[in-house]
Amino acid sequence: MAGLYRIVPGPLDPGEAIRAVQGPDRGAIATFMGVARDHHAGRSVLRLEYHAYTEMAERVMRRIGREVEERFGTPHVAILHRTGLLAIGEASVIIAVAAPHRREALAGCAHAIERLKALVPIWKKEYFQGGVDWVEGPPVSS
Amino acid sequence: MRLSVLLFARYGEAAGAPAIEVEVPAGATLARVWDEVRRRVPALRDEARPHLACDHEYAPPERVVSGGEEIAAFPPVSGG
Repeated sequence: MAGLYRIVPGPLDPGEAIRAVQGPDRGAIATFMGVARDHHAGRSVLRLEYHAYTEMAERVMRRIGREVEERFGTPHVAILHRTGLLAIGEASVIIAVAAPHRREALAGCAHAIERLKALVPIWKKEYFQGGVDWVEGPPVSS
Repeated sequence: MRLSVLLFARYGEAAGAPAIEVEVPAGATLARVWDEVRRRVPALRDEARPHLACDHEYAPPERVVSGGEEIAAFPPVSGG
């Protein structure tokens, strides 16, 4: 099975994503890790909380994996996204794309995170000094 | 027919529940279903363009529902 697409309620393991995509015919593994940051829009952020529509999120992630295969020729894609409360510095998302050569791996990885941010039904809540806010992205176009 | 609509993130908080039941006529579209949700949840009254999904796929507001689908509505996503 070429691909790993999962919503994870606990800490993410980059090794799991890499192991899911590596193989003897692949000379490049590109990875992306999104990490909880301590500021947003001029405010100090204390922690983050992610909620997901798990069944749909995993399905849309698989669709993104198919897009990577169609565009960049490799089916070896892993996308893991965390839910629940995260401390600053903890990983919220890990993507790994393996391909015979670096160009496809890097481009596939970039495509996957951009599509994830646009399409996958996951929402972020920011806890800052004095309050809590949902963060919402732009409307979905496809 | 009676339908359950899953609500996520801010929408779920506005409704005070992760899902809401609504009554719509046979042949209703998702837009009609959402209008019923908005009627029931005043805090969502101004949400004219939610993201809608049927059976875990994005679906347009003109999609006619049969009653057997899993229907969901949610605000713009912010994962990553």
